[in-house]
Amino acid sequence: MSAREEILRRVRAAFPPDPADGEDGVVPVPRGYPCHVDLPRGDVIALFGERVAARRAAVRHVAADELAVAMAAMLWAREAKRVAVPADLPRGWLSGLEGVRPLADDPPLDPATLAEADGVVTGCALAIAETGTVVLDGGRAQGRRALTLIPRHHLCVVHADQIVGTVPEAVGRLDPYPPLSWISGPSDGRSLEILVVED
Amino acid sequence: MRFSDAARPELADPRERRTRRQAAEDARARQAAATGELPDWEPLRESGAAIRERTLRELGTHLETLETAVAEEGGRVHWARDANEARRIITGLLPADADAALVRSDVTDELGLEGAEPGPHTKAAVVGAGFLVAETGTLVVTGRGEGLSIPGTLVVVAGIEDIVPDWTDLEVLLQLLARAGAGLPLHPAVATRTGEFELVLVDNGRTKVLADPVGREALRCVHCSACSDVCPVFERTGPRPYGPGRAGPIGAVLTPQVRGVEVSLGASLPFASTLCGACADVCPVKIDIPGLLVHLRGRVVDARRRRPVPNPELLLMRGLAWSMGDERRYEQTVVRRARWARLLVRDGRIRRLPGLLGKWTDARDLPAPPRRSFRAWWRRRG
Repeated sequence: MSAREEILRRVRAAFPPDPADGEDGVVPVPRGYPCHVDLPRGDVIALFGERVAARRAAVRHVAADELAVAMAAMLWAREAKRVAVPADLPRGWLSGLEGVRPLADDPPLDPATLAEADGVVTGCALAIAETGTVVLDGGRAQGRRALTLIPRHHLCVVHADQIVGTVPEAVGRLDPYPPLSWISGPSDGRSLEILVVED
Repeated sequence: MRFSDAARPELADPRERRTRRQAAEDARARQAAATGELPDWEPLRESGAAIRERTLRELGTHLETLETAVAEEGGRVHWARDANEARRIITGLLPADADAALVRSDVTDELGLEGAEPGPHTKAAVVGAGFLVAETGTLVVTGRGEGLSIPGTLVVVAGIEDIVPDWTDLEVLLQLLARAGAGLPLHPAVATRTGEFELVLVDNGRTKVLADPVGREALRCVHCSACSDVCPVFERTGPRPYGPGRAGPIGAVLTPQVRGVEVSLGASLPFASTLCGACADVCPVKIDIPGLLVHLRGRVVDARRRRPVPNPELLLMRGLAWSMGDERRYEQTVVRRARWARLLVRDGRIRRLPGLLGKWTDARDLPAPPRRSFRAWWRRRG
């Protein structure tokens, strides 16, 4: 008997189906926890800012036409000279930069270059207000996972319409198949800044 | 080795004890803040408990679903009956010419796997799974996902119970794990990867636990460590006396089931508790750890019953059962024992009982028995 067959046999012998379980034998799962926050849209965005700050990440709210200037200011404040960016980062985001060199990840930057970069700028797939989280799925303006793993600083741009209220809302919207990175505050000695763009 | 013997050196180090007490206080404060701020913590726990119960009840089906999902996304599933088989499979999967990095977890510790942390130059990695989503074949780890995106071989190791049925279950599990374990709304980093890995599913005694209708509840565990943070015993002894498996209250209910209640560690762990119940209060999937400890104490005693030579406790209990089995015998015994006991009284208390009973008075006094028993008093009262 193969290990697979033997383990499955042991599993089924150990916990045989209970005739009292009903026809399909499915255990019902109560879902009484809240799936939405009961707040007006503006307050959800404000809540996100508060929760990000509570996780010791810097957060700034700007209007869409101020994005480039605000980003330049945030990078200058950190004296960043070279920042890694995904190849498909919107060009407009970096248009205000002077003296900061963007390093496009195309062809892929090698780990040494990433380690020497002063930071990385990305967008995100969505953000969660209640927990102050940004989630990256490798989609537009986000790049591959290594881009956010190696550099010592991460500046993440969140559009206000990407912010959902709760974790259940986020799980409902996310595609399970691409690699996901859920980031809630800085970790492992790498800093995190969030730029919220309100349209 | 017995838990109490292994605990002695740990208890003798005051500096370590101070450090552990401080760490436990900090963890408890974080946990209380993170679970208290959520008005709906209880429904979330209810849901988490039901998800884990469902996982165990339909485990065979979910394992097969997981296998199919992983294969559809370009991964492979390997099955290991025990630790040796798991180690053999993992070694076979890793390239012979490169050192593999390791992202540790409870199951990689269980298998005794070692390796450096993954870095930019990692060519092969072994990652201990947080959990897997059967429906989609998704690996979830609490961490930044180092090792999950390497170009080379990725070996994922998981216990057969480390799965949840559906993608939606993530919304419950991620919150429970972070709030109960780390005292945060979510872990600072969570990473997922779907398919495209070599998954090693390890039994190594888990099906034995699953076969105990009461004890199997321990397999709901999501490895958050909340029970250790609140345990007064763990706070004083630290992890070492719990032996090579899991530590803390959950270790005290899992290790005896996996290693057997006949060996000294397995026979002593169910007693390494004051049954205060703090672990059951904080467990995010509502495992009744004190109830399981009592159940396992019963199993330990039953196992001893089968020995050819009864131990002193069993002899004492048999004697008690005999004298309490009959009203007249009982009354006589009470009168005689009380008379004997009063001979030992000094200053109104018994400070030392003779023989093996002396262990009981090692740490406490026994009040002097009254001259008249309750039953005698009751009869006269009427």
